[in-house]
Formats: sequence, structure tokens, C-alpha cells
Amino acid sequence: MDRTTTEWKLSLNARATLLAVLLLVVGLGLWEGLERAPVLGGGEELSEYELLMGGADETARVPPPSAILERAWVELSNPFYDAGPNDKGIGIQLGYSLYRVLTGYLMAAVIAIPVGFLIGMSPLMYRALNPYIQVLRPISPLAWMPLALFIIRDAEASAIFVIFICSIWPMLLNTAFGVAGVRRDWVNVARTHELSPLKTAFKVILPAAAPTILTGMRISIGIAWLVIVAAEMLVGGTGIGYFVWNEWNNLDLTSVIFAILVIGVVGMLLDLALSSVARLVTYQE
Amino acid sequence: MSHAFVEVQQAAKRFPGSKGSADLTVFENVSFQLQKGEFVCIIGHSGCGKSTIMNALAGLDSLSDGAMIMDGREIDGPSLERGVVFQNYSLLPWLTALENVRFGVRARWPEWKESQVTEHSLHYLEMVGLKEVITRKPAQLSGGMRQRVSIARAFATKPELLLLDEPFGALDALTRGVIQDELLKIWSQDRQTVFMITHDVDEAILLADRIFLMTNGPEARIAEAVEIDLPRPRSRGEIVKHPHFYTLRNYLVDFLVNRASDLRTLSQDSRGLHYPRPVNPVAEASAPATYHKADAPASASPKLVNLSAKEKHHG
Repeated sequence: MDRTTTEWKLSLNARATLLAVLLLVVGLGLWEGLERAPVLGGGEELSEYELLMGGADETARVPPPSAILERAWVELSNPFYDAGPNDKGIGIQLGYSLYRVLTGYLMAAVIAIPVGFLIGMSPLMYRALNPYIQVLRPISPLAWMPLALFIIRDAEASAIFVIFICSIWPMLLNTAFGVAGVRRDWVNVARTHELSPLKTAFKVILPAAAPTILTGMRISIGIAWLVIVAAEMLVGGTGIGYFVWNEWNNLDLTSVIFAILVIGVVGMLLDLALSSVARLVTYQE
Repeated sequence: MSHAFVEVQQAAKRFPGSKGSADLTVFENVSFQLQKGEFVCIIGHSGCGKSTIMNALAGLDSLSDGAMIMDGREIDGPSLERGVVFQNYSLLPWLTALENVRFGVRARWPEWKESQVTEHSLHYLEMVGLKEVITRKPAQLSGGMRQRVSIARAFATKPELLLLDEPFGALDALTRGVIQDELLKIWSQDRQTVFMITHDVDEAILLADRIFLMTNGPEARIAEAVEIDLPRPRSRGEIVKHPHFYTLRNYLVDFLVNRASDLRTLSQDSRGLHYPRPVNPVAEASAPATYHKADAPASASPKLVNLSAKEKHHG
């Protein structure tokens, strides 16, 4: 009995992998099969119209996985080429997007973490600032775009501003929450050891609140990566969001699907990076 | 000026009552003295305000009334001169055992070199038998080990007064005994003044020079100060064989079980400075009448320390 149960447990990971691969194969297979253009002709001569259309179907189809894989191979084998404003490699476009996301995100962190500290430490500041936070927080970051474009008068900086404004709130609120929730005992340890307020903040409150702060940072980077695609569709020029929109205008759905997958993978990598930082500061009580 | 090392006079803690009703008085007219190098335990039922008295001595809590003086200076806020060991250990969970002790030593002597801080911390960790586990974090230590780290941290900063708030309350009896011995060992080296809360009568007899007995709250007070004149060094195994042990133990248990709640209604000492009545159960058992007479005038001392006037709400 025991042996069989442990064997089942041991194989859980393997079974999960197997199932995931199976789902992938079945899914891609169905997609590939359904979306293949029908074999035309059947021995018959093509009509004049069919000849003009190059033998294509009347309704446009979603490109099959094989076409996307092919495109991925082409794009990824030369990701950094630059052939003019409308034709840049996926690597360059991703670079622009990451640059904007990280700039806006870091600016938000520089402001949100100290302000969150202040709000978390001082009930006065919490009550004074809370109404503003509650009003500003639910605003869609894209709603700021026209105002940002008008005030900043620069598309690039406006996109960064939108990232800044959307990633500031989770970091701010989580920092405040984490700081306010630091166990009284630990603060008392700092007090009985006569630590200065600055030392208390860095040696006790910051490490105690770090896991909560990192959670906020993780939520923020996720939101920032969601928003950058939409922001770049609006401001245009460069970036992965613009790439998607540009390929849509080119009616190149293969590239669109490829770009969607790339956005997903990069978002996952950003989250993984922050979660590994979070693991460094996590402690067990 | 009083010559006692720690002087507490007419301490009181009240919480404002809800609209219309009177204030809730947890304790009042608590006055006592601690001599330098003395080990004093305080026993009382839950809710009598022991922890409030201790937190006030630590400077973490404030009193509604009364004064606390240590070494001629009023206690006003926390200080490194008063080390605290909390019941729940209060170790910083993101630091290892060694780093937790270093945290205290570094705060105490900021000018020390890194190696000196480490060496000093290791010395105290070794004294509580934790040399092998210094790199573990609190979550990886047992409750007894955590409390040892906490004790090492408190003693390593060499405070003038050590405040122990039920340090062994959460430990099992076997672990508790071992750490009690370690505490006695480490205390007998430096002979710091110790003020400790406990619920355990045997523990108090083993450790203390004097035991303060508190009546039940609300309106609790320290009724008696029982002298434990058993010879030192004491050990858990030997102390129970001492002829006076059960006299003391019975006296304490009798107080807690039968008299702690009755004494509360006594209000003859609600005004004026009264120290707890010193009691020596051993002497009392042999000659009760003479002891009481000789003792009576000494219990009330008219000397009041003059401090800036604080809000009083007597009556």
C-alpha cells in the first residue's frame, strides 16, 4: 500500500509534464489541421479568378502553428536587424519596451517605497493621503495618456509616465501595508536597543516588511508589462506593442501571433526575476 | 534621595472607562525597591498588571501615575541600561542566532570592531550552549533554543537591570529546568539586577532573592515581599531537599490560592507610600508573633521622592 502511494507521488511531476506535452500536441495538431488551406483543384483546372488570387481561400485563415514556428525561427535567428522605421528585429522592439517599462517602474519604486514607508509609519499621513490614493488608483493608466502627451509633449516620455503611474500604486500600498504590519515585538527590540529612527527603519522595519514590499513590486511589474503593449499601440514608433499593431496593419497574422507569444514569455521572465529576489528576502517566522 | 538601585513609587495604571463609568484601575499604589545585584521575581494571577509594570520599567509603556527611578534618574523611555527578554523571544527572524546577538552587542558598543562584536556574541552564545547552531535562523531553532538566544542577547549587552517577562512561559518543564540552570550560571557571573515575571512558584524559589506577591486585579497591588534566604549557589536537584523549601513553597501557594483575591479589597494603604510588607515565612513559622511586631514600622516609609507633579486621580 505504502509503496504504491509513494510511487504515485514521485511520478506527479512526470505525469504533469506528460499531460502538458499531450495537451500541447493535441492543441497544436487540431489547430494545424483545421487551419490548413483546403487542397484546391482535385484535378480540375483553376478558374481565372482562382489563378488571380494565387489559389488562396476566400476567407482569411489564422496561420497554422507550423507557419508561426517558421516565422519564429526567422525572427529569432536575426533579432537585432534594423531596416528602417517600420522594419526592426523583435529584439530591438523588445529592447525599447523593456527600457520604457524598467525606467517607469524604477521611477515609481523610487517614489512609492519611501512614501509607502511614511504612510505605513504615520497614521496621520495615512489618513491624509488615503483619499487621494483611493481616487487615483482605479484610473486606467491609459486614461492619463492624452494629458501626459499634452503636458510632456513627447511620446516616449509619455509612455514611460503611463508605466510610472500604473506601477506606483501596488508598490505604494504594499509598502504601507507591510510597514504598518511590522510586529510590535520587533519594533520594541529596536527601541530597547536604543536604535535611532533611521537605523530602526533600515535594520528592523525594512527587512521585516521586505516580503510584502516585494509582493507589491511583483504585482507592479506584471501590470507595467500589460500596460506597455497598449501604450505603445497608442504612441507608436517602436516597441513590442507597436510591433503587434504594425503587423496587424500589414495583415501579417503570423507575426502577430509570434509577438503575442514573445510578450507572454518576457512577462513570465520578469515575474520569475522578481520572485527570485523575493525569495532572498523572505523569512520564516 | 533613595539609596535603592531601582525605586518605584506609587505606580498606577488606569484605563479610561467608557462614557460615564469610572476609570478601570489595573493596579495602584505599587511601590517597591530593588537593590543592586538582587534577583527579584514577581508572581500574581493574570491581569494584575505584572507585564505593565515590567514594560514601564523597560520604558516601553507609560504609567498613569507614579514614578520610577533607576540609579538616581527617572525612567523615561527605553534604554540599553535595561535589557528585556520577552516571553515570545522577540528574535528577528531574518537574522541567524549569531546575528541576533550581534545586533544587541553592536547597538551597545557601536565603536567596536566587527571581530570584537562577533567574539563577544559567541562567548555568550557558548554560555547558553548554542555554539553549534549559531548559523541557524530562529525558525530552525526549538522554542528553548530561541529563548536561549534571547537570553544571550540580553546578557551580552550587559544592562544594569534585566527584565525577564515570563521567559520560560512557553517552554516544557524539562527545557525550562535546563535553561533555569543556565540563567543562574550566567547571572552568577555578572550579578546584574534581575526583575522577572513568572507563574511558576518553584522557579521563583530557585531563582529569586525576594518574591513579590501581587493581589488579583483590577486594583491590584504588591502585597508582600517574601524573602528567600536559601543558600546560593542553588540547583534544582538540591533545593527541594532544603528544610525551608516547603515552608516557602506552601506559603507562596497559600497566598496565590487563598489570599490573593481577598487582599484586594483592603484599602488601608490607598494613600501614602507603602512598600510591600516584607515576609520571611521561615522565621514567621518559628516565631510568628514577634516577627509581625518587629516588622510593622518598617513596612511604611514616609520618604517620597520629589518629582515633577503628575496628574493624580485619586478618589
